[in-house]
Amino acid sequence: MGVEIKVENLTKRFGKQTIWENVSLTLPAGEISVLLGPSGTGKSVFLKTLIGLLKPENGSIVIDGKDITKIREKELYQIRKLFGVLFQDGALFGSQNLYDNIAFPLREHTKKSEKEIRDIVTEKLEITGLSGTEKKLPGEISGGMRKRAGLARALVLDPEILLFDEPDSGLDPVRTAYLNQLIVDLNAQIKATILIVTHDINTARTVPDNIGLLYRRHLAMFGPREMLLSSNEPVVRQFLNAQREGPIGMAEEKDAGELESEKGKELGVLPPIPLQLETSDGRPRATQRPPGSWLRENGIVPPEGSFPGLDLDFGGKGDGSGAPVGHGGDPEGELDGGPATTTSLESPVRVVDAPSRLRAGSRRPSSRPGRPPRGEG
Amino acid sequence: MAVSPLAPVRGAGEFFAFSLDVLRGLFKRPFQGAEFIQQAWFIASVTILPTALVSIPFGAVLALQIGNLTKQIGAQSFTGAVAVLGVVREASPIVTALLIAGAGGSAICADLGSRKIRDEIDAMEVLGISPIARLVVPRVLATMLVAFFLNGLVAVVGVMGGYFFNVVLQGGTPGAYLASFTALAQLPDLYVGQLKAVIFGMIAALVASYKGLNAQGGPKGVGDAVNQSVVISFMLLFLVNFIITAVYFQVVPQKGG
Repeated sequence: MGVEIKVENLTKRFGKQTIWENVSLTLPAGEISVLLGPSGTGKSVFLKTLIGLLKPENGSIVIDGKDITKIREKELYQIRKLFGVLFQDGALFGSQNLYDNIAFPLREHTKKSEKEIRDIVTEKLEITGLSGTEKKLPGEISGGMRKRAGLARALVLDPEILLFDEPDSGLDPVRTAYLNQLIVDLNAQIKATILIVTHDINTARTVPDNIGLLYRRHLAMFGPREMLLSSNEPVVRQFLNAQREGPIGMAEEKDAGELESEKGKELGVLPPIPLQLETSDGRPRATQRPPGSWLRENGIVPPEGSFPGLDLDFGGKGDGSGAPVGHGGDPEGELDGGPATTTSLESPVRVVDAPSRLRAGSRRPSSRPGRPPRGEG
Repeated sequence: MAVSPLAPVRGAGEFFAFSLDVLRGLFKRPFQGAEFIQQAWFIASVTILPTALVSIPFGAVLALQIGNLTKQIGAQSFTGAVAVLGVVREASPIVTALLIAGAGGSAICADLGSRKIRDEIDAMEVLGISPIARLVVPRVLATMLVAFFLNGLVAVVGVMGGYFFNVVLQGGTPGAYLASFTALAQLPDLYVGQLKAVIFGMIAALVASYKGLNAQGGPKGVGDAVNQSVVISFMLLFLVNFIITAVYFQVVPQKGG
């Protein structure tokens, strides 16, 4: 079972430049979360801070009951054994072949015999579709293979937490789809807590249980996938639907004049919410929720055409008038008061209750339309 | 990082803290034996040939200069003594240091720097392995070991070169050459030369590792780091050389004085 990561009021600066501040979120144990954000908002910095490679200026990161911003280096190295991290380019050791790369953590940390190591490495190579490339050096294989080899290496110590730094960068759409499927299957298999840092919208829309959005040096929103996909919050909406209309500009945020000129423009209806990617053998993951459950709990009607192939009743559907759907911010009141349990038909009991999962999102002050949300006070 | 007047001090402080970490790492188990042997072999292979090729002309130049000087002041019989002392005490540790820093140190710095910018160092830390224990400690020890033996090599080659030039080319007598240096030279001269070489090796490896592990900004950053590491270690080596020599003359009584 995965481990929960609780981040509170985290602030990171490089000199005078603030990367982000007051980021609070909880990555629920065993769930898949995606951290989104425009280029250059410090997503990778956030990832490196989570593993203790960078020290934050403020705030805490509690993993397994320990605040990793305060513990000693020795303990930090112990905590890090819980992690498997896939770096952007795989970060394989250039001087070793794939087999030695993947065997490296086992040889360093365990007293396993070479035969046991061979079995584990062979298995991980098989999972990642790399059988037969053991003897190749990282320089001799393609970027996609390096990435998968990096994943195989991240998996050998059976991590409780898996972090992916842009798993889709430099991969073609087909390979990205395979990798996403692999992530979902892995989550079902080893039940690790997974965080994916990306700006691939398709991944963000279909893979995770939770989505977070970093924007303008703070966390704009963090919550269940259905909450963000049905949100009318300008930044979230613009980013998740890859639109030009909205507060995010080409370089940084748009200035007031630019926003003013867009004011008359209709944002259009929210695109339908796609179904979440399921495991390849169809068995539900331990933390999977039935589609539409968050929306139903909070009384929100998803856009027309959501959850294709499923006949879900949200009460307000089918009036045909094109009435605006979705919600402006997050429905705070409903969340705290609403029922925490879901009528789960096919999935086992959910471990994490709704209010605690949504803490990060619900703390955010409600933002008026047309104004980018600010960080928590 | 904002530019402040304290920046150089901070750099020095960070380097010192890093050196202490490495020093502590020297006594930690498990010892990375395989990496140590591999690195020692690597450093030896990049330094032995250039060292030998540098030390022959170096010994020759010393012999020529001293040979002429002693002729002018009428002390030819002491040529051997001066040449040998110069080579054993000063020239060979310095030649060793320059080559260890220039060839070995730059290779270490480039290696660690390119690993750093490829995220390999981060990946290693994330896998729960300290890069200091796994990479830096074996490199520092390997460099010290190689420097020790390299210094011996340079001293032998330098003395033989001096002998060749003095006896064969300048018409000195073998007997005077050999007899004179036993008159002035003593074993502590060799010890201090070896000690210097080991310390120089340690400094060069520490600077190279520190600069390599702190490389940033892509491939250009690695180039900059190598450049700085060579310059800084040269400056440190000459400074330390001066200090050790000054202390040596105070501590060890000289023959015939």
